[in-house]
Amino acid sequence: MIEDLTIAAEALTEATTEAGDKLSIGEAAGTAAFGYAVVFAGLVILMIVLYCTGAYFKSKEAKEKAAVEAEKKTAPAVQAPAVPAAEPKLAPGSAGHVKLFDVPDKEAAMIMAIVADKMQKPLNELHFISIKEVK
Amino acid sequence: MDVIETLKTLWNDSGFHSFFTGDGWKNLIMIFVSCLLLYLGIKKKFEPLLLVGIAFGCLLVNLSYFGSGSSDALYHLDLWDNFLDPAHEDYHSYGAILKHGGLLDILYIGVKAGVYPSLIFMGVGAMTDFGPLISNPKSLLLGAAAQMGVFLAFFGAVCLGFTGQEAASIGIIGGADGPTAIFLTTKLAPHLLGAIAIAAYSYMALIPMIQPPLMRLLTTEKERQVKMEQSRTVSKTEKIIFPIIVAMFVILLLPSTAPLVGCLMLGNLWRECGVTERLSDTVQNALMNIVTVFLGISVGATTAASRFLSLETIKIVVLGLTAFCFSTVGGLLVGKLMYRLSGGKINPLIGSAGVSAVPMAARVSQMEGQKANPKNFLLMHAMGPNVAGVIGSAIAAGFLLAVFK
Repeated sequence: MIEDLTIAAEALTEATTEAGDKLSIGEAAGTAAFGYAVVFAGLVILMIVLYCTGAYFKSKEAKEKAAVEAEKKTAPAVQAPAVPAAEPKLAPGSAGHVKLFDVPDKEAAMIMAIVADKMQKPLNELHFISIKEVK
Repeated sequence: MDVIETLKTLWNDSGFHSFFTGDGWKNLIMIFVSCLLLYLGIKKKFEPLLLVGIAFGCLLVNLSYFGSGSSDALYHLDLWDNFLDPAHEDYHSYGAILKHGGLLDILYIGVKAGVYPSLIFMGVGAMTDFGPLISNPKSLLLGAAAQMGVFLAFFGAVCLGFTGQEAASIGIIGGADGPTAIFLTTKLAPHLLGAIAIAAYSYMALIPMIQPPLMRLLTTEKERQVKMEQSRTVSKTEKIIFPIIVAMFVILLLPSTAPLVGCLMLGNLWRECGVTERLSDTVQNALMNIVTVFLGISVGATTAASRFLSLETIKIVVLGLTAFCFSTVGGLLVGKLMYRLSGGKINPLIGSAGVSAVPMAARVSQMEGQKANPKNFLLMHAMGPNVAGVIGSAIAAGFLLAVFK
């Protein structure tokens, strides 16, 4: 495919050189259509490559998940010591925790980013108490 | 000392005198244009980081260059004409530029050699998260579709009498990618650089005004209301492999894209690999700012009145707008097709983000989507086509360069 494209591009280059700097309308239409096709072809092939790598990583992830679950099932249950759980450490610059009600983490992050953008304030200077989806 | 004679000499040497001799009045018009561009950049915030520099470069060149006799000019058009003339002894001689050139001539070497646009691309790569594109590779189709304006404007430019090289440089305005437009124009039609760069950056700044009417015209209320599902999470390994795959594939396909795509992907690899934070930070901030300073002012310097004030500039401005509009339309039409094929799961508004102005075009999709449905969050979905557009416009530029160089 790459060879075909190269040959076609060379043919076009020759045509334009032969015609001098000015192109005829027919040549321009041909070059435009071919160029658009090359962009599509390039990105379609890239899309296929990305789908293939994505599928590989998805299957790898699924296998790892299955292995972890199988390990959990086979391993004897270890009684955890009755120690009160330590407070999770906050990220540097964090203003604390936000309670989410029926809102996925990603959407909450986007909402906080949009609010910060609209208010023209850095995100770490804002304190969100809770985010709830109004149904 | 003859005071009168000295005053006369000073007056004759001054720029004020030059305004009233020959085509000096054209410089006055360009000074007005540069003030207008400064107003748009500072007051209206039209791509201020570049437009203020371009406008001031335009001001400086039109205050100091009044034709080939201007020895004190900051930028010399005649030197660059000699540089491009195979019959001249200074053909392709950077030495001659360094010897006889002014400050802006020397800074312009970075544009002419294609260094600044490539370094800007490196910064863009380091600032871009390709995650939305990797999680939804279909976005690449929208990025490809939105290059329609590039090729339609190319065709239009040929119909209006431009040469193939000039038409290719004008068409790339539709890619909505300033560095790519500058890179291609410097290689194919350097005499049009000022007009093309100003048109490209002005239209990029005007995206929130140009795109929404087209988006509303080409989509129905029902289509705009579509709430898209969350994409899958992309692993760190995938993000590291992505720039390597894209660089290998695209550069092998079109070697002429190597400077742009190579730098874009290197910047992105520095961002994602996790062991080069310092480099990623430098490229995103310090280097990007330094190159922006040089790029803006030296591109502005190419707008000397004798070259800029022509019918060609008006044609470029009109064709550039056409290119932008058709690129938006191309993205939206394929977005609509994907809406149909997916059974209404894809919001066609993300198609318009296929023009590569990152992240402005994606933000416009988000705003329009939210107007139709306040619960709509299209930003991350639109970022996929948006970054695909960067790759698409680099491929389009690579194709045009391969054909016309």
